[in-house]
Amino acid sequence: MAMFIGRRAAAAVFVLFTISVLVFLIFFATPGVDPAARIAGRNADPATLMQVRHEFGLDRPIPIRYGLMMEHLFVQRDLTSFVNRGALVIPQILQAVPVTLSLVAGAAVIWMVLGLLMGTAAAARRGTALDPLMMLLGVVGVSIPVYWLGEVVNLLTQSRWHSGLFSWVPPLGYVGLSQSPGQWALHLLFPWLTLAALYAGIYARIVRGEILEALNEDYVRTARAKGLTERRILIRHALRCSLIPVVSLFGLDFGALVGGSALLTEVVFGLPGVGKLTFDSLQNLDLPVIMGCVMYAAFFVVLANAVVDVLYAALDPRVRRA
Amino acid sequence: MRRPERADSDPGEVLLEARDLTKHFPVRGHSLVGGRQVLRAVEGLSLAVRAGETLGVVGESGCGKSTLGRCLVRLTDVTSGTVSFHGRDITRLSRRQLRPVRRDLQLVFQDPYASLNPRRRVGDILSEPMQIHGYGDRRAIARHVQELLEVVGLNASHVDRFPHEFSGGQRQRVGIARALAMNPKVIVADEPVSALDVSIQAQVLNLFLDLQDEFALTYVFIAHDLGVVRHVSSRIVVMYLGEVVETAVTDPLYDRPGHPYTEALLQSAPDVEDEEVAPRERILLTGDVPNPVDKPSGCPFRTRCPYAQELCAREHPPLREVAPGRHVACHFPLVTPTGDVAQHALSAGGSGSAR
Amino acid sequence: MPESSLVRETVRGAGAAGPESLLDVRDLTVSFRTRQGVVRAVDGLSFSLAPGEVLGIVGESGSGKSVSVMSLLGLIRDPNARVEGQALFRGRDLVAMRDKDLRPLRGREIAMIFQDPMTAMTPVYTVGWQIAEQIRAHDDVSKRVAHERAVELLDEVGIPDPRRRVGDFPHEFSGGMRQRAVIAMALANNPSLLIADEPTTALDVTTQAQILDLMRRLRVEHGSSIILITHDMGVVSDIADQVLVMYAGRAAEQGPKKDVFHRPRHPYTWGLLDSVPRPRAERVRRLPTIPGSPASPLDVAPGCPFAPRCRMRHERCDERPELAGGPAHVDACWLPRDRRQELRREVVEAAVAEGDPGDLTEHGAPLDASTPPAPEQGP
Repeated sequence: MAMFIGRRAAAAVFVLFTISVLVFLIFFATPGVDPAARIAGRNADPATLMQVRHEFGLDRPIPIRYGLMMEHLFVQRDLTSFVNRGALVIPQILQAVPVTLSLVAGAAVIWMVLGLLMGTAAAARRGTALDPLMMLLGVVGVSIPVYWLGEVVNLLTQSRWHSGLFSWVPPLGYVGLSQSPGQWALHLLFPWLTLAALYAGIYARIVRGEILEALNEDYVRTARAKGLTERRILIRHALRCSLIPVVSLFGLDFGALVGGSALLTEVVFGLPGVGKLTFDSLQNLDLPVIMGCVMYAAFFVVLANAVVDVLYAALDPRVRRA
Repeated sequence: MRRPERADSDPGEVLLEARDLTKHFPVRGHSLVGGRQVLRAVEGLSLAVRAGETLGVVGESGCGKSTLGRCLVRLTDVTSGTVSFHGRDITRLSRRQLRPVRRDLQLVFQDPYASLNPRRRVGDILSEPMQIHGYGDRRAIARHVQELLEVVGLNASHVDRFPHEFSGGQRQRVGIARALAMNPKVIVADEPVSALDVSIQAQVLNLFLDLQDEFALTYVFIAHDLGVVRHVSSRIVVMYLGEVVETAVTDPLYDRPGHPYTEALLQSAPDVEDEEVAPRERILLTGDVPNPVDKPSGCPFRTRCPYAQELCAREHPPLREVAPGRHVACHFPLVTPTGDVAQHALSAGGSGSAR
Repeated sequence: MPESSLVRETVRGAGAAGPESLLDVRDLTVSFRTRQGVVRAVDGLSFSLAPGEVLGIVGESGSGKSVSVMSLLGLIRDPNARVEGQALFRGRDLVAMRDKDLRPLRGREIAMIFQDPMTAMTPVYTVGWQIAEQIRAHDDVSKRVAHERAVELLDEVGIPDPRRRVGDFPHEFSGGMRQRAVIAMALANNPSLLIADEPTTALDVTTQAQILDLMRRLRVEHGSSIILITHDMGVVSDIADQVLVMYAGRAAEQGPKKDVFHRPRHPYTWGLLDSVPRPRAERVRRLPTIPGSPASPLDVAPGCPFAPRCRMRHERCDERPELAGGPAHVDACWLPRDRRQELRREVVEAAVAEGDPGDLTEHGAPLDASTPPAPEQGP
């Protein structure tokens, strides 16, 4: 197992390196894109351009520039924004991370619990009205766009019924967990539910499908022939085996969301997370921030992948040896 | 007896020959770190297939018999050694160079459904190889397709059917018709009847024998069923862990197995008891076939062999002629140079006493 | 219905006498509602089994051999399936029982093992865990005790080093070892009846011989009755006391093994015995085949189900033959019972002389109406 984790970590580092090179080349070495012109502003005179180039190291060979970039990003951590001169990239990201993590982790707990419950219930009650009802509920959750749902929730909780039913709902924004756990949860409650609504539906469908498939497996027939109760067959055998693909999917979704895919939710609920930071930097073409955000996102996706593989091995003894 | 044992009376020319054939598969290893392991599917195997004979290849799953079949028709690349057809080395031919060889060298698969494209009509499946090899104009091809269907016992009006509209036995007939399409000289059949119902097996086996008579075909017939192999083959190759452990003409081999593994296989095969065949006592092998990734030292069979001695762990027994026409890879073969049952085989309750 | 009661009498004779029998199946019918109408997968099957006896059920695909035993244990979960008839197990009717009442019998009184040992065990639990689960499903013992018992069971079925292997996952076992482990699991609660559905079909011959040997030994040591389902006459010959040959959901012939193998009476049994090339018997030039393909349950001939493939077919065959000819050995065929051996030789000669009959009798073409070759437009 330790060997397995070690190999997996080495592979992850390699992937991150490749991504960083690729992103760097896309943003800094694409012909026709001159970051210096971007920084110096419109109609800057050649002297200023030269000065900017030198200042940012843009006149040096590409491998050196890549090295410098990485050094600033990871070793000295003093990469500065092109747009807001003097604003350091790393602290900005570090500030945004807890927001995104709080949002995604909370939502993930809700959607996994809901998805597993709904999916298992639907599979177990196949042939009754409960099954199509659960799946309809799931489809509704999947098909409603997150920004729309978010806006409607805001409308109801922040203005329409704010004086009545939802008077306890705090204004939009984020309160750190360490500052006040109660306020943290209260501020994130509706963002969590909104984000979870989408994924709970997807996961319920997947869990249902996996369980139904597992119920057709030979080992379920064996379990039945053993005289086990239907409940035990469903949970200890069918659901347990269905968890393997579900967990791997979950890891990837989680990684992508933490990496910035929760953007829409963050923007709608005014949460200053990584998604919002990426969104802003892209609008300004703020290359160092983009670079930082992409590396951060890649890091989480790769990390999630690695965690999924380890989890997979924990859940499925067949891959442990491989 | 039955059909003339052509290989006996008139040894035809060697059509297909493997020399020192080796095929290794890398075992799903880890790219950066970790030792690489190889699965030795076929190792240092030599055999010759003579014109007009049926060479039966038997062995249990994992013995490399299917891999051997695929190497013989160059469906897979070989690791080392050579395969030659009509005396010409075809081991390293390119796809294009192989094309004319493929006409003469065909493979019939175990699962006819998996090997027939489910979206194509039988007529298209059969005419495809003819189009590729330039058989003739469309009319000639259509006529030949009809002939082929009739030859394999299908109704010529079924050219427009899809594979799923046939039963398993009929699909295997289609598979055979496809192999016959270009008038091949050699057909390598890999477990062609093992997926079929018992009553259908006999029909397909008869078809194989009829076609052989009609078209002077040469077969390499790979199967795990000892009764089936005995029925069709004039000569038998017994494989264990990627190696040939015994090869001989069919009847002597079944009557007096020369290798302990052959003997064990024959004793394990269940047979119907009736007036002719009495129930018998038998020695069972213990344990399982070792992992081909981690083969035992010396003789590969020694871990399960009832006759194994200390020498067997030390030295790998070469395949040698222990009696006329009989090659056995064993330090203590169960037949004497005259072809009789060896003394030690009798004492251990060998097959000689079982009959 | 005097005739059917007479048939029952004779059938009861095939097997053991009624009151002592462990399992007494009478007129078992399993039908499925399909889009093409009601399909009878098992049609009026009757047999009985004495304690300690081994019954071999032989048949090809679609003969209903698996469905019939699965229906006994309530393992057919298809909502379109309907099981009728009677199956008295120690006097209690399994067919009439509700699932809730059947469950305590499954695994405890009647254990079942299936064809493919590769997929028969849940992949995420250790072999020991699954055996312990079987024990604890019916016996109120601690996990420790169940685990110890699992080790003993693995040892009993011949798994080397059972104390270590008990912690292995199914994929770490070879095919033969997995089937041994499945057998160990089935024996965990000392069932009085073991049903084995093609237990050796997926295994190599040397492993198959080991497993059959194991089953023979366990039968003596545990005194269990065994129903063994197979397509292989050789396997039946090896282990069974009683033989039941099934065709198209019905019994074609049944009786004590010696009688069925030495003096087979039904043309289908002849075909099964004669068309299989054997490793030891006299080598023949051509195999006497049974023409056509096994009947599909969707399309069973109205008279004798085997008639479309039978070389001895005559006018009487339009009428369905009942099992007769007892007391112990019965068959469902209209041919004169005193001339069967002679007729069998004739069939063999005819079959050998005939050449390749082709595979295209009317029954050769699968009649799967979901994909009709020429779709007919309804009104």
